[in-house]
This record gives sequence, structure tokens and C-alpha cells, in this order.
Amino acid sequence: MSATAARGFVPRQALLAIAAPVLVLVLWHFTTSGRTYSLIPPPLEVAKQWWDLAFGGLYDDLYSRTLLTHTLASLSRVYGGFALAAAVALPLGMLIGRVRVVRDLLDPTLQLLRPIPVTAWLPLAMIVFGIGPRSAFFLVFLGAFYPVLLNTIFGVRNVEGRLFEAAAMLGVSPQATFWKVVLPAALPSIFTGIRLGLGFAWVVIVVGEMTGVQTGLGAIIMEARQLSRTEIVMSGMITIGVLGFLSDQVVQMIGNRLLRWNPQHG
Amino acid sequence: MAEPTIPILAAERLSKRFAFGAETITALSEADFTLHRGEFICLIGPSGCGKSTLLRMVGGFETPSEGRLLMWGKPVGGPGPDRGMVFQDYGLFPWLTVAGNIAFGPLARGRPKAEAAATARRFIETVGLTRFADAYPHQLSGGMKQRVAIARVLANDAEIVLMDEPFGALDAFTRERLQQELLDIWARTKLTVIFVTHAIEEAILLADRVVVMAAAPGRIVADERIDLPRPRDPTEPAFNLLRRRLSAMLGGHH
Repeated sequence: MSATAARGFVPRQALLAIAAPVLVLVLWHFTTSGRTYSLIPPPLEVAKQWWDLAFGGLYDDLYSRTLLTHTLASLSRVYGGFALAAAVALPLGMLIGRVRVVRDLLDPTLQLLRPIPVTAWLPLAMIVFGIGPRSAFFLVFLGAFYPVLLNTIFGVRNVEGRLFEAAAMLGVSPQATFWKVVLPAALPSIFTGIRLGLGFAWVVIVVGEMTGVQTGLGAIIMEARQLSRTEIVMSGMITIGVLGFLSDQVVQMIGNRLLRWNPQHG
Repeated sequence: MAEPTIPILAAERLSKRFAFGAETITALSEADFTLHRGEFICLIGPSGCGKSTLLRMVGGFETPSEGRLLMWGKPVGGPGPDRGMVFQDYGLFPWLTVAGNIAFGPLARGRPKAEAAATARRFIETVGLTRFADAYPHQLSGGMKQRVAIARVLANDAEIVLMDEPFGALDAFTRERLQQELLDIWARTKLTVIFVTHAIEEAILLADRVVVMAAAPGRIVADERIDLPRPRDPTEPAFNLLRRRLSAMLGGHH
């Protein structure tokens, strides 16, 4: 029912949604183009640079046609680090949320470590893992870990008590309760954690790749800055923005499909 | 009536106490009653009279502090499918459709998928929700949700249906319809029903027997047989007479 209502609004909504970016682009263009000493390159220059980074044929320098390599390097770290974080945080969160002993054992320590910003781990990570992609991977892991963990704990702990009673009176055994009640009831929270975690993985990857990494979007942004190739810096930023956005859209689409039943969703 | 058969349910000097910090509150004190197969009884009384506590002990959600509670002569254990509960707040699984909620019990008890689905279809029809089989709970009205809750208990072969003020949150019109539908289902299936309410009219309309309870401490004060022929008419003089009698027993607050 809401789908048809929404469809009628799509043109208006789409128009409003692109209004702000277009305005920014216009402002950007008129404040930068034609000025020799502008620190920020005009949008057209950035667009040309991005094209050359992606497909080559314009400048044919060291950076031409390298975008895919850098993107793939970053993607593998983002999704690899995120997948590892989810693989650890999901079961751990379920255990902490549902098993008293595990909660008492691990929760205080995890809460104590939590206020340390992920970026503050970078120097230590470089000492332990060396300067290079492994530190970046670790940082992504850490960045995605806490959102997934905390939302999983919250989800499995906040199942409405009535649902346990309903399941018990319908004949669900205590061992089966976790799969039949806790997990589906916690799914919206778990999904929120996954979405936040993946978003955070994209934030952290740039920081992770900024020192001592040869390939990756964070790496070329940092390298181009040193060479004063601001067009490349901005091309890299835009690429990360678009990838992060698409990544979130995919997660949301999966969420809307899995959580159709949830009135707070979709 | 003579009682040649063993009762489906028997409470003997059944008591329940709760500790509130240093204080102990007697929710139910030495309750005695029996319930026979196919009977429809209503527990009625003011809040704090222990009617919900008694129902929850039958459901296995609370354990007796003293006394015995026997089903078919054996002590009642934890919650189980033989005693199906209909909660006032429905307690439906929000991630399952109407059909999924009703098939949940049979599946939990290891019935094959196809059989559970067929059972669900049958009871969706019983409660008149065929058009909503694929809807999720949040898309349903309160009355429809309560129909699902009733259907899922019926689909699970409950021997006793426990209803905790099931129509208390519904509007008057929906409540009347559901009372009628419940009576129809009961007449067809000859279920045994314990129905908790604080509405005298609802109790007289539905029950074979009305168990009247009082508070502080929660206890049973009367066990009244309602011999009015069915269908019952709340505007009838005999109905009114009963209403006055029960109202007096409840202290005239109703």
C-alpha cells in the first residue's frame, strides 16, 4: 500500500534529492573556474581527472587507468575486514547477550576498550602488524566490530518477554528458543549494527591506507596530496563516497527484504 | 452435577506468594476448584484478586508456593502445548505472517511442513482470516490479532485454552463479535476454557461457571453455576438477576 503511494512521489522526491548536490556543483563551479590561484580545482577538471583515472586517454601519466586497482584494493580490505568483524562480533554478541557467564566475563573489558577511538589504534597496529595493508585491514576490522557487537547484544537482550512465554506454551523447547525466537526478534537490531559497521568500515579504510600503503583509495589520496594533485585527491574522495553510498543501498535493500515484517523498517 | 470422571484440572489449597523486597504478598491463598472437560469457566474479580496468577500457574508460567495443581491427576509442570494461552497483548511473533504464526506450534512440535501449513489454513478459516493469511501482525487490527492468537492455540491441539482478559483491549463492538465467535468455536470443538475477566456481563454471557475472587489476600469467594440457556441475552431479567447477584458478591463496585 505504501509502495504505490511512494511511487507517485518519486519524481518530486528525486527532484528535491538532486537539488542540493546540483546547487553545490554550481557554486563550486563559479567560485573556482577561471581562477588561476584557486586551491580547489573546478568540477570539470576533477571530472576529467576522474575519467583519466578510470579509463585513461587524457593525461596518460602514472595514475591513468589505476582507479580499478585502487578501488579493488580498498574494497577487499573493507569487505574483508568487515566480514571478519561480523564473523567474530555476531556470535560473540549473541553469547554476551544471552549467556550470563560470558557477559560477566567479557562485557566489562569490552566496555573499557570501547572509548579508545579506532584511529588511536593505528600507531599500535603499525607496530604490531607493520606499516602496510595489514594495519589498514585491522583498523577496518576494529571499526566494524563494535557497532555489530553492541547492536547484536542489544538485540538479543531486548526480546519481549511475552514472546518467550508464547513460544514455551506452543511447545518450543528451551534449546530451540534461541533459533525460533531470539534470533528473528533480534534481526532488526543486528541489521542496524551491520549497516553501521559497514559504514564505519568505509570511514576507517581511508585512515588505514594513509600511511605506508601503496594501493588503495586512501593511499592515492594521500600520495596525490603530497604531489599537489588536488584533482586526484577529490576524485578519490568522490569514488569513496559513491562506493560507500552504493554499499549502504545494497545493505538496505537486503534489509528491507528480510525485515518486511517490521513496521519500523522500509 | 455428579462427578464420575476425574477432572481435567484440580487445584487443592493452592497458594502463591511473591516477595517484594522484604515484604511478602499473598497473590493467591488456598484456592480450591475443579474443572471438567468441556467446561467454560470465568475467573472474575477486582485487580489483585489473583485471577491472573491462578491462570498463569495453570499455564505453567508460575509455580505454586503451596498446595497442588493437577491436570488429569498429575502435577502441572512448565508451559506446554496442552495448555494454550491467549494473552491480552496477543504475543504474536511479529516476523511471521498470520499463517506462519498459526503453523508455529505444529512446526515446533515436529509436524511436517505440509501438514502444519494445512492445519494453519484450516484454523485461519475457522477464525475468518483467510484473506489475511499472508499479512504480518502489524498490519492487523486488535480484533484480528486476537483471532490469530486464538487460532494458533486451537491449531496446536490445546486441551485447555487459557484466556487472560483477551478482549480487554478491544472496542465494544469487536469485543461482542469475538465473544460470539469464541462461543461458536467452543460449541463446535467442546474445548475446556478458563477465561479471566473483570467484566461481569462478559462472564455471565460466556461461562458455565463463574468463579468469583476477592483481593488482599487473593482468594476464591464463590463458584456460581450459570444455568441460563444459550444463546444468552444480556437484556433478559434472569441475566440481570445474576448480574446483580455477582455484583453484590464483588462488593458492588461494578
